[in-house]
Amino acid sequence: MERPEAIVIGCSKGGFNALKLLLDALDPQLPQAVLVCCHTASGAGVLAGLLAAHSALPVIEATERQPARPGVVHVAPGGYHLLLEHDRHFALSVDEQVCFSRPSIDVLFDSAADTYHAALIGVVLTGANRDGAHGLAQIRAHGGLAVVQEPASAEAAAMPQAALDIAGADYCMPLEQIAPLLNRLCLT
Amino acid sequence: MPAPLPDAELEQIELDLFLQALKRRHGHDFSEYAPASLTRRVRQLVHTHHCGSISALTARLLHEPDFVPLVIQGLSVPVSEMFRDPPVFRALRQHVLPVLASYPQITIWQAGCAHGQEVYSLAILLEEAGLYERSHIFATDFNADALQRAQEGIYPARDAQLWSRNYLLAGGGQSLASYYSARYDFIKLNQRLRRHITFANHNLVTDKVFCEAHLVLCRNVLIYFSNPLQNRTLALFRDSLVRGGHLCLGMRESLDFAPTAGDFTAVDAALRLYRRNSQPALEEHDGTA
Repeated sequence: MERPEAIVIGCSKGGFNALKLLLDALDPQLPQAVLVCCHTASGAGVLAGLLAAHSALPVIEATERQPARPGVVHVAPGGYHLLLEHDRHFALSVDEQVCFSRPSIDVLFDSAADTYHAALIGVVLTGANRDGAHGLAQIRAHGGLAVVQEPASAEAAAMPQAALDIAGADYCMPLEQIAPLLNRLCLT
Repeated sequence: MPAPLPDAELEQIELDLFLQALKRRHGHDFSEYAPASLTRRVRQLVHTHHCGSISALTARLLHEPDFVPLVIQGLSVPVSEMFRDPPVFRALRQHVLPVLASYPQITIWQAGCAHGQEVYSLAILLEEAGLYERSHIFATDFNADALQRAQEGIYPARDAQLWSRNYLLAGGGQSLASYYSARYDFIKLNQRLRRHITFANHNLVTDKVFCEAHLVLCRNVLIYFSNPLQNRTLALFRDSLVRGGHLCLGMRESLDFAPTAGDFTAVDAALRLYRRNSQPALEEHDGTA
């Protein structure tokens, strides 16, 4: 595969705890932009602020019209879909919810696939609905890599299971193995 | 024989042709909308109307006049709530209404009113502050169907619970239920709230200044525009405001990077509430106005 330029991560129920573990174990030298969509995101910058204390990389809330920066974790703001323009700047929308969610993982994954094509890794973690499954399929259709948390080890199995059913995965593994995998894929 | 085009390039051509058809055949110009959301909506239209491709959608757009309103509906954003982001409405109550109270006649422009949830929220704020009798609100949208819905003021009853909570969090003095009647699965807002609202078709892409307003409210519209169109729209808002007039944008929108930034001062930056300066900015404008 192409050397990845970005990692997109989607999660819902149980996502905050999973993100803490994953982001903490990322290599601080990681040169990719990391984009996170978590359904439990709420008011202005709350999730980003909470995650910053548990991340090897700086964490900020994604701002419209600002670029996706390498080596920075960008979190989708609560109440808005997060998308990417082809020039790798962020866009926000208040379009209808997708899978009862805004931000929706499918929306982020679809537009990231349109933008980064094969140079993208999609990660689906714990969650209680099926958001992200179709987006992950789009990422694979564009030649990107799909990583799914092993459902049995997830706090909520429905989301990773739906991702496996609909998109399949290049890697399916317990949470604690995902950060080392990303480090290996992204630094070599 | 030419090599086949990658799907993404092919789709881009189809999208360009679709936007051209929409503009040349029906006069709606979406070419300066931010592409990511627009592309998503066009794909959604293809899916909803079983067109199979954007080209097939374009063909129907060109040949079936009845199809145009459906396309326009699919490309505009009617999603909103009454008193969405309650702290914003609380701030309007606390910081803006006292200023409005100093004018003998109050003019307000809500740009992009969609189904009307926010304009009725404004009407309630003014009513409760005793200012509504000397107020006039222009509620505009480019989507004729949305304007029609806004005038009717009928909404699904399932939304009322969230809106009631928003209303109270925004500092509402009574119960939101006193402003509507519930029938079956719908609520209908009290028609009296409409008495000082003019619903009108106005397109931010093509239309000009039409009023001198003391408050312009335009939330979650600019996020759909490209940078140049955003900048032009912000200049239009500035030119539509009296000096000292207020501008209220969406919670994740900002004029920090716009050429008009120097013409405004933040009243509450986090809530995107600004005030037009009494004096022109020291720097020259860039001429986009």
